[in-house]
Amino acid sequence: MDALIEFIIEPFTHTFMVRGLIGGLLTAVACASLSAFVVWRGMSFMGDALAHAVLPGIAIAYAAGFSLFLGALGAAAAAAAAMGLFAWQNRLKEDAAIGVVFVGFFALGLVILSRIAAYSDLGHILFGNILGISTGDLILIAAVTLAIVATLSLCFKELITASFDPAHAMSIGLSPELVRGLLLALIALAAVTAIQTVGAVLVLALLVTPGAAAAQITRRLSVSLLLAAGMASIATLLGLYISYYTDTPSGGVIVLVLTGMFCLCAGIAAVCRTSL
Amino acid sequence: MKFYGGRCDLPVKPGSAALECSDVHHRYSATEEEVLTGVNLTVQPGERVALVGPNGAGKSTLLKLVLGMEKLKSGRIGVYGHPAADCLHRVAVVPQRGAVDWNSPLNVRQVVMMGRYVHLGWFKRPGSADNEAVDEAMEIMGISRLARRQIGALSGGQQQRTMLARTLAHDADLLLLDEPLNHVDLSTQELIFHTLERLTAKGKTAIVSTHDLGVLTVHFTRAVFLDKQVIADGPPAEVLTPQTIARAYGFEFHKDYHPWMP
Repeated sequence: MDALIEFIIEPFTHTFMVRGLIGGLLTAVACASLSAFVVWRGMSFMGDALAHAVLPGIAIAYAAGFSLFLGALGAAAAAAAAMGLFAWQNRLKEDAAIGVVFVGFFALGLVILSRIAAYSDLGHILFGNILGISTGDLILIAAVTLAIVATLSLCFKELITASFDPAHAMSIGLSPELVRGLLLALIALAAVTAIQTVGAVLVLALLVTPGAAAAQITRRLSVSLLLAAGMASIATLLGLYISYYTDTPSGGVIVLVLTGMFCLCAGIAAVCRTSL
Repeated sequence: MKFYGGRCDLPVKPGSAALECSDVHHRYSATEEEVLTGVNLTVQPGERVALVGPNGAGKSTLLKLVLGMEKLKSGRIGVYGHPAADCLHRVAVVPQRGAVDWNSPLNVRQVVMMGRYVHLGWFKRPGSADNEAVDEAMEIMGISRLARRQIGALSGGQQQRTMLARTLAHDADLLLLDEPLNHVDLSTQELIFHTLERLTAKGKTAIVSTHDLGVLTVHFTRAVFLDKQVIADGPPAEVLTPQTIARAYGFEFHKDYHPWMP
């Protein structure tokens, strides 16, 4: 019994593990609550693109010595604007515009980083460094999570209206474009914080998988939001334990646990369908 | 933006038409052909107008222009005496089935409640008046017992009842229904018309675009045949000639095939 308690408590006798856990849970909640909307509206590719496109911003901020967070946000805004510009007036389909811009931004980030940063820094940005979360990072992550959850709940009715029926939104004077922009801004914010925990390459897992898993077993948005946040949190906790005891990269393990949960949900859904 | 949540404070101009289109032209891009080539149409309050015409005749485009979903570039559209863009608040729409994401994780009540948002605006939550309006709208459309059902799990008729209930909750003056009869069972169809008759009797105005010509003579006071412009306008029986019917369904009218026609 004592051994079990020891096993559970031991990782969190290190303060960096505690900070990592809190930061990871906050990020998980922020991303997962957005993921319900990302999955519903089919914005997965856009989410992935934004997560990758922040790289040059981080690189430049790193070189110039200002806030990585602001650098990342700036790059996300620039990328979103560039995608909008290329897709404008249907000269290019949106997915092609997203593809061109995001790979271009990501490549720019890689090149800048290779000139200015050590290989380990690059690794942290690409694959996350949840155990390197500082107290300052934690405050920032908490603020961002609060902002995302507050915006989602305050603008809930606008989000569901514009997602369900853009014509109706227009007819009541609510611009679907504005709502979409708001959602993109929130996704960019979430992606920037998630880079710290799972890294730019795996951010998409937090932005899509919890919502996709929840959508397998419920058709109710409120339940879906709670389930997604719950699963992402559990995956973060489990992932940290597994990573601690097996000495494997935490970002990858968290994503793997989450993917496992998705498979489980999909399996449950399949069994329910056939037994009906 | 301007009207989201704010009551349209422009008064109805006395004697003004519910909808007045004059010389409305529209093309989707500079290189394409015009979809509307000078539409002139006046609809008075209390009228129930069927908008008929072949595919690609511009019916949906005209409705989109009234709603401000497409930018009006040429001509004038007035709603109760004001430019349409200033009076969106008075207009409600039941969009074509395909324009809506039926797989949305929403239930019937949430969708009907969307009709109230125009009166709420940012950050305000629905109050008791909104809840009552929604309950009443669902009652009228006979979907009260479906309130918690997911919209994707409904039949086509139930989905259309939900959309019309949303319009009732909105309490707009000018109702635009774009092909509301597609995939709808007969009893729902009857209910839709009965509701429209009741509303127009109270002074509301309804414009219904439809392919279903059979319902025109029974349920509408007026039919407008649109094919890029108004081709015929009047009582349904006069508008629906064999020629216009053939045109609406997209085939040529050949007198030879109809020897019983004079």
